[in-house]
Formats: sequence, C-alpha cells, structure tokens
Amino acid sequence: MILLEHINKTYHNGAPLHVLKGIDLEIKEGEMVSIMGASGSGKSTLLNILGILDTYDTGKYYLNHVLIKDLSETKAAELRNKMIGFVFQSFNLITFKNAMENVALPLYYQGVSRKKRNQMALEYLEKMGLKEWAKHMPSELSGGQKQRVAIARALIARPQIILADEPTGALDSKTSKEVIHILREVNKEGMTMVIVTHERAIAEETDKIIYLKDGVIESIMVAK
Amino acid sequence: MIWDTENWAEIVSTIKKNKLRTFLTGFSISWGILMFCILLSSGNGVRNGMMSNFGSRSVNSLQYWGRSTSVPYQGFPNNRPITLDEKDLELIKNHIPEAGDITPMISTNKMISYGTYNTNCSFTGVTPEYMRINEIKIVDNQGRFINGMDIKEHRKVAVINKRVREILFQNGDPVGKLFIADGLGYTVIGVFEEDAWGNDESAYIPFTTAQLLYNQGWGMHDISFTLKNLKTEKDNKAFEEKFREKLSVIHHYDPSDKRAVGIWNQLQNYLQFLGLFNGISAFIWIIGIGTLLAGIVGVSNIMLITVRERTREIGIRKALGAKPSSILGSILMESVFITSIFGYIGMFLGVGLGELVSSILQSPGMEEIAHVISNPTIDVGVAIGAMITLILSGLAAGYFPAYKAVKIQPVEAMRTE
Repeated sequence: MILLEHINKTYHNGAPLHVLKGIDLEIKEGEMVSIMGASGSGKSTLLNILGILDTYDTGKYYLNHVLIKDLSETKAAELRNKMIGFVFQSFNLITFKNAMENVALPLYYQGVSRKKRNQMALEYLEKMGLKEWAKHMPSELSGGQKQRVAIARALIARPQIILADEPTGALDSKTSKEVIHILREVNKEGMTMVIVTHERAIAEETDKIIYLKDGVIESIMVAK
Repeated sequence: MIWDTENWAEIVSTIKKNKLRTFLTGFSISWGILMFCILLSSGNGVRNGMMSNFGSRSVNSLQYWGRSTSVPYQGFPNNRPITLDEKDLELIKNHIPEAGDITPMISTNKMISYGTYNTNCSFTGVTPEYMRINEIKIVDNQGRFINGMDIKEHRKVAVINKRVREILFQNGDPVGKLFIADGLGYTVIGVFEEDAWGNDESAYIPFTTAQLLYNQGWGMHDISFTLKNLKTEKDNKAFEEKFREKLSVIHHYDPSDKRAVGIWNQLQNYLQFLGLFNGISAFIWIIGIGTLLAGIVGVSNIMLITVRERTREIGIRKALGAKPSSILGSILMESVFITSIFGYIGMFLGVGLGELVSSILQSPGMEEIAHVISNPTIDVGVAIGAMITLILSGLAAGYFPAYKAVKIQPVEAMRTE
C-alpha cells in the first residue's frame, strides 16, 4: 500500500536541516502501524509526506502503486481527498459547522450533493455512536466525541489509508482507549492505518512499531 | 461554479459568522460609492446649470461691434471710432461663406409706460433672423416675433418679455395693446421667453424702426450671425483672425489692431468653458476614484484579517482535499459579494440623493439656483460602469487575501491555536 524508497527531506530555514535521511519503508494493505520517536526525530515530517501535505527532495513514494512526486497543488488536493483520511491531535473540526456538516466536508470537495453527503455523514456518525449529536456544534462535544467525529470525517471518502497524528494526545487515558479501540475496529474492516504517537501504550496496540531517530529508522518492532 | 448554490451557502454561512465585520467592511465601500455618486452628481449638476446659461443662444454664433482704433493708419489718427454699417452686412452676406443667419442690432434704453404703470426697458432693434440666432421662444398663444413686413414698413411694434408683461400689463394678455416709449406708441405683437441670466425688462423692435428713431437712420451697434462648419477652438481662432483682416479693409484700420472691433464668439467661449468643465470633471473623477480606492483597500484589509482568522479552517479544508481554485474562488466570491451588495446600497443612496435634490431644484422659486446647479443626477451609462467597477473592485480587493489563503500550508495552519 505504501512504499518509501530512500526518502530525503531537508528544510532550508536559515541553516539547512536534514530531517529525513533516506527512509525505506513498506506498509502493506490492512496493516496498522505506529511511528514513534522523540520530537525532532522527523516523525511529523514523515507523516506529512505520507499525507501529501509536504514534498520530499529525493527518493520515491508510491501510494497504492501511484508515484507521488512533483504533483501540482490541485492534483495533490485531489489525491488527499480520495486516498487519505486524516485524524489530528487537535481534532481540527470547523468550529461553525455542526458535526454532520464537518463529517460531510470531504464529500463537498468531491461535488457530492448536499442531501446525499449529509445522509452519508449521518451513517458514519451512527457507526461512531454519535447519531443524536449530529446537529451539535464542535464546542458542544467532549474531546472523545470530537475525535470520533474527526474519525468519521476521515472515513467518509473511503480513503486507502488513515493517517493519525497523535490521535489521543489531547484525551484522557480512558477516552484514549476508546479511540484506539475504534481505530482498531476500522482497521479490522481492512483499512491501512498509520499512527504517529509518543505513547507507548497506544503504539503497543498496533501491529508494528517503527522507531525513528534523527531522521533514520532505528528499528521496527513487530507485535506478538 | 459561480452559480453553485453550495458555494453560496458556504459564503453566506461565513458572512453570518462575522456580521459586525462584514457590516464594517461593507460600510466603507458603501461610503466610497456614496461619495463617488455625490461628487459625480454635483459635478453634473453644476455643469448642467452652467450649460443652461448657454442654452438659449445658438452656440455657434458670433457677435461683433465697433470700438475705436488704437494705432494711426493710412493717414487716419488713432482713437477713431469704428461704426458698423451696410458695408459690414454686405461683406458678411457675400464674402463670408461660414456665415448663416445675420442680424444687425441697435440697442437703447427707454422709459416705457402703459396706463399708470411704467418701467425702464432695454430696446433692441433686430431683424427676423435674430429669433433663430438666439433661439427666442414665443410664449404659447402670445403673438409672434418681428417679421419682414415690420422691417419693410418701419412698424412701431414690440415683442416684450415676461417681465414687461408682468409690470405693464399685470400678466394680462398684452398682444395688440399700445404702450408708450419716449412719447412714441408701440403695439405689442408678442411675448418672448429667453433662457438666460437675469430677469430684466427687455423688448425687441424691428431693426429699421430702431435705426430710424434711435440711430439717425444709419449704421448699427452690433452685428450677430451664426457660423457653420467651425468645430474646434483652433478653427474659430483662425476664422476670427481672417474675419478681423476683412473688417480692417472695409473700415480702413490697421489689420493688427485688435481694439478696433470687439468680437464675442459664442462657440469659442463655449469650448473654453467646456475645457474648464472637463478639467473639473477630471478632478472629480480623481477624487471619486480615490474614495473608491480607499473603500477597496478597506475591503482588502478586512478580507486579509478574515483570511488570517480563517487560516486554521482553510488549512483543514486543504487537508481534506480543497483545491487551490476552490479556496481562491470562495474568497474572491465573498469579496465580490460584499463589495457589490454594499456598493449598491451606496449607489442607491447616492442616486436617490441626487434625484431628491433635483426635484427640489425643479420646484417653484428655485429658478435662480437652477442656473447654478441643475439636474444633479448621474446617467445610466455611469451606473452600469459603476456596476462593472464594483465587481472589479471586489476582485481587486479579494485578490491579495485570496492569494494569501491559497499559500496557506495546511500543516502549519492546523498547528496554530
């Protein structure tokens, strides 16, 4: 599903900063992997490259056998919309839209009619157990509920992979467990999933833990 | 894409979120357009008012009169008075191809009376052509102007203005009535109307009568004639030059002596006046456009703040697959929407104000002011122009903020709290 061949990335803000130093990685379809590392290890950069939110300098990145390189912004937006679902630490819901409208947003950019996308959004919210919260604004939801809305939003466009950036970072341990449980459920339905986290407990729930250190993969630990 | 209701729903929802800000933005553009309209309408008003002073006189005419020479010439001393006479008429008729209608004129002031009423009145002896040259209008059903028979028979008849009718005849029908001027009786043959400055008593009498009674039966004070085919100020200058030369031959004065005859060229004055007003118009446009620009900068500024405040939201949208064109479009459409709606409010107020002032000016008792300001409104062409300007303004105001929005990096945008 994901194939990285010797990915290099350098930031040029003042002194050049070589963040990723030749990453080779393969993530198979249906896998659930986590990326761990200290801050500055390059894990966020790696996730941004995987999510086509950032570019890389040299190497090759295949997403579902499609080479992702030198894309126009429009093309990148299209691929993000169709192939990737994002779950963020700070939820990133749009504050003036209710839960249903937030979930429906990716479909808006696919040109799906309002009626159809709202109906689909309700289905996904129901899966997350939030049907009766559909008309509520994000400010009226708890952290766990917000993250479940965000997961519903990530799923609605039926992407190839889910990228989660510290999905439990803003949640208490009980809610964190719930969220990771939901992600596991989604994965069991066949969704490839990449989670960036610094919590060992979360990482241990995944099939594979990738340790990053100073821009290189230090080790890959496969769960029992 | 523009007519996609989904997009409009998005825009309306963002505007609703920020009512005060939208209102303040809109106010600046409304104000700009309002000022623009007021400036343009008052400019038009002053122009129309001034034009009405030219209105009654045929624009393309020239009047000249004898003065006195300033240099000796061919044995004649200087300060010799020049008097116009039949030679002048013959010259214009036969040797000036540009001349159209011609009238000689003799002017005098007389005390006139009817019954117990009397007043001082300016008399001008003219030929029937005068009516066309100066666009004299006869008041409805109040007689006629001077005709050929009046001239031929030296009739003692007069065409009086409304003011004389008011004073001598108390606004009754004066046609056929006899009034006295210096012991001579004149029959009123008509009442005329002249759209010009002032409201003094004046009357026209046959030129031959005036010449006989008030000018020793010879010569004339002024000659007025219409001009054909002289369009530009340059043409007029050249014509005047040539005309002075011809006059110098028949009156025997130095061709370079500008003092010998006085010339009033209506068209040339009109053109100069037009030039002055074009200058004023240009000035008004510059101020108007400046005000509008200030409005545009205001909108642009507030849109920039909007984009900044929405950075996170735009970042989320981009991460979820919003294309750059979609972001660009939504910001531009919002800008055009705000600019157009509030611009129209401003334009509506401005045009309304113009029409209001216009209707006040047209009410009775405002005739004098109407010569200064008249019909202070703007025409449809300007309104359509303004509509296009508004949309372009919206695009201009939105462009920079929209560009900023497109450049937002989703990763960084979503990190900002």
